Amino acid sequence: MTNIAFPAPRKGGAEGFLIALILIGVFFWSLYAVARGGDPLMEQQGWLIMAGSLIGLIMLVGAFSNGGPVNDESQYAEGVIKAGTIATMFWGIAGFLVGVIIALQLAFPNLFYFADFGFLNFGRLRPLHTSAVIFAFGGNALIATSFYVVQRTCRTRIAGGLWPWFVFWGYQFFIVIAATGYLLGITQGKEYAEPEWYADIWLTLVWVVYLLVFLGTLWKRKEKHIYVANWFYLAFIVTIAMLHVVNNLAVPVNFFGAWSYPVMSGVQGALTQWWYGHNAVGFFLTAGFLAIMYYFIPKRAERPVYSYRLSIVHFWSLIFIYIWAGPHHLHYTALPEWAQTLGMTFSVMLWMPSWGGMINGLMTLSGAWDKLRTDPVIRMMVLSVAFYGMSTFEGPVMSVRAVNALSHYTDWTIGHVHSGALGWVGFITFGAVYCLVPWLWKRKGMWSKALIEWHFWLATIGILFYIAAMWPSGITQGLMWRAYNDLGFLEYSFVETVEAMHPYYIIRAFGGLLFLLGALLMAYNVYRTIRGGVEETEDRVNPQSSLIAAE
Amino acid sequence: MYEALSQFAQTWGLLLFVLLFAGVLVYALWPGNRERFNQAAQMPLDDAEGPEGFDTGKGRNHG
Amino acid sequence: MSQKKGFFQGIHAKFLERNSLILTVAILVVVSIGGVIEIAPLFYLNSTIEEVEGVRPYTPLELAGRQIYVREGCYNCHSQMIRPLRDEVERYGHYSLAAESMYDRPFQWGSKRTGPDLARVGGKYSDEWHRDHLINPQSVVPESVMPPYAFLADAALDYGQIEGHLRTNRLFGVPYTDEMIANAETDLEAQVDPFSSGYDDLIARYPGAQIRDFDGNPDELTELDALIAYLQVLGTMVDFSTYEAEAPENQR
Repeated sequence: MTNIAFPAPRKGGAEGFLIALILIGVFFWSLYAVARGGDPLMEQQGWLIMAGSLIGLIMLVGAFSNGGPVNDESQYAEGVIKAGTIATMFWGIAGFLVGVIIALQLAFPNLFYFADFGFLNFGRLRPLHTSAVIFAFGGNALIATSFYVVQRTCRTRIAGGLWPWFVFWGYQFFIVIAATGYLLGITQGKEYAEPEWYADIWLTLVWVVYLLVFLGTLWKRKEKHIYVANWFYLAFIVTIAMLHVVNNLAVPVNFFGAWSYPVMSGVQGALTQWWYGHNAVGFFLTAGFLAIMYYFIPKRAERPVYSYRLSIVHFWSLIFIYIWAGPHHLHYTALPEWAQTLGMTFSVMLWMPSWGGMINGLMTLSGAWDKLRTDPVIRMMVLSVAFYGMSTFEGPVMSVRAVNALSHYTDWTIGHVHSGALGWVGFITFGAVYCLVPWLWKRKGMWSKALIEWHFWLATIGILFYIAAMWPSGITQGLMWRAYNDLGFLEYSFVETVEAMHPYYIIRAFGGLLFLLGALLMAYNVYRTIRGGVEETEDRVNPQSSLIAAE
Repeated sequence: MYEALSQFAQTWGLLLFVLLFAGVLVYALWPGNRERFNQAAQMPLDDAEGPEGFDTGKGRNHG
Repeated sequence: MSQKKGFFQGIHAKFLERNSLILTVAILVVVSIGGVIEIAPLFYLNSTIEEVEGVRPYTPLELAGRQIYVREGCYNCHSQMIRPLRDEVERYGHYSLAAESMYDRPFQWGSKRTGPDLARVGGKYSDEWHRDHLINPQSVVPESVMPPYAFLADAALDYGQIEGHLRTNRLFGVPYTDEMIANAETDLEAQVDPFSSGYDDLIARYPGAQIRDFDGNPDELTELDALIAYLQVLGTMVDFSTYEAEAPENQR
């Protein structure tokens, strides 16, 4: 057929050189920081950054001494997606494990705190948990699936040669720098934006490359249309770039030190932070994972999405409305009241596109409902969409000022977040990984279907325990804080409300433990699936597709 | 300035949304777009094993 | 065949490639609208909101303590934002004013109260209480779930870069004078030593600064000194016995 249109397999020389330059730059920066930076925290972190840049250089040299990476346009690039899938599993388990540990710390402070190991205190581990789950687990899932979906729906190999690998390893490097930084006590002190300025700059670089790789693939697509999942991925990448850059505007005290001061303070800082924070939920944890929903559910169910038109309306109204919703995190604070009201109004409106998307996802199964019974992966993804519907209903309710007055600052928020994170993000990711592993490693299916069933039930029951604990815990605490006795005095001291949380904290930790166990079963299942059967060659060392010869 | 800007935010945000929403609805429901959307909806179901021009012939292959 | 394909690919390159750029730009415009319209007015807020009397920049020691507060992630469990609700005002004190956090970088309003709000914790407890509580929280509050911070008492405070910290803050308009920056280290040391020669200068530069040995160990300037100094200043800058919320200059 018409192979003429495709360039011959190409070796990645130029991009390798550029990546080497970047890494050498990072190396010398960290060398200076370690040698004479003058900041003790940065001196420790600098060694790690130096090691990272050296490992990167060695990997680069290794790739080129092996005949060089080959960019074969007749094949989809799958190596980087395989790596991303494994990274997703690894960081997922790490993040869930830290979550269980900090849940146990709050349930049994006398057993899980160590006076001599301050770096294991809740305050340093909690950012480690949130970042590991959101950015490491979720981020790797999004990068890996986006690389898969954009190639398949554009019918072309991913653009950029080596650059997708740069995105993958650069992102892991960011995660490691951020995570070790938290343990050392390096933090910006803003929730979900804790990494310090140098990690932020590195992530910006990686993210711009990610955007260009994604756009480059769209540019050379062989299909007329851009499938709607790619719209969601694109919105996720573009908007996260914007949020990340604006919210992290800061000036370092010392250009070879860890500490920086944000440009915005007080009220402006708070509004910018929650504009960022809420849209990290909206565009990282929602738009990105909706892209997974719009590709993997139709693919697995072998039916087109219920309504493509609805998906378009869903897309534009979701991204327009989400951006406004941030101020509902700042009800009754020193933020001007009109901004709070505006945030609340749009949060309530957000319910509409969210449920439009949920209906679209669920109804894709119409006519194939029996798959819910027979296919645990479909069931996982459908339950995920149901959790999406549930938390996007709960969210607007909690954004109403009167409700928020009770729920804010309590565990209700934590429960809400976890019904979204464990239920929606977790389950849709597990579903996608269960699809991807057999596809990528060319297996007929996962090693054990029974283990998928176990995973499904353990995780589901775990989430139920979690939510069933945090909901009453939050409401109880909120009500106790505002309770008055007959004489008109506050009925409870603060510590009495802490004491009342104890049983709920134990139940929560138990729920989290079940969820972690499920993920461990999954990791074993994935390992056995990859191990079993014939060894597959990596796509890039296979210059000519066997499929062409067959033609 | 602050007063003017905050007034603008409170009134124009919703109006902009109504305009955008109407535009999107028209685009999504425009009869001429029906065929494009139906085609696009089928994209994930394409089972081709490689980039276009290199598939097994199982999937669609159009210029 | 291949020629025809080439032609269509030409069209493809010219128009449809641009489509994905149009899509990117459209997304960027749509997601920018909300942020710009909502956040922009707040940057004109500073010109309309008066500076509440008493709010001053942190002393070098308080600023160093604040770094430790941020470093240990205290914001994960403690808010610094009292809402104007009856129970909160009775439990914690006067609701928080925007001006009180105008020099706070990063802001530490928090989002969760696993522990109580700290916006007005300054002066509520003695230094001794804070010391015991930070070293072993359960020794003073048996039901507490707070981690122990005993290591702060042994860690010498590293303030070699404090001058740079003040200077960076001044970049954003925090009113640190040249004199304050030049004397940052001596001011920091003076604040834990009531008998030092720098006492008067410190008070003159930072009205109302509390000067004493905070951690009960006069031989060493520790991280515990700095953290307690910060906790003890929280919410104490504005004198609410004279503050009138209804006065026209205090109406936002």
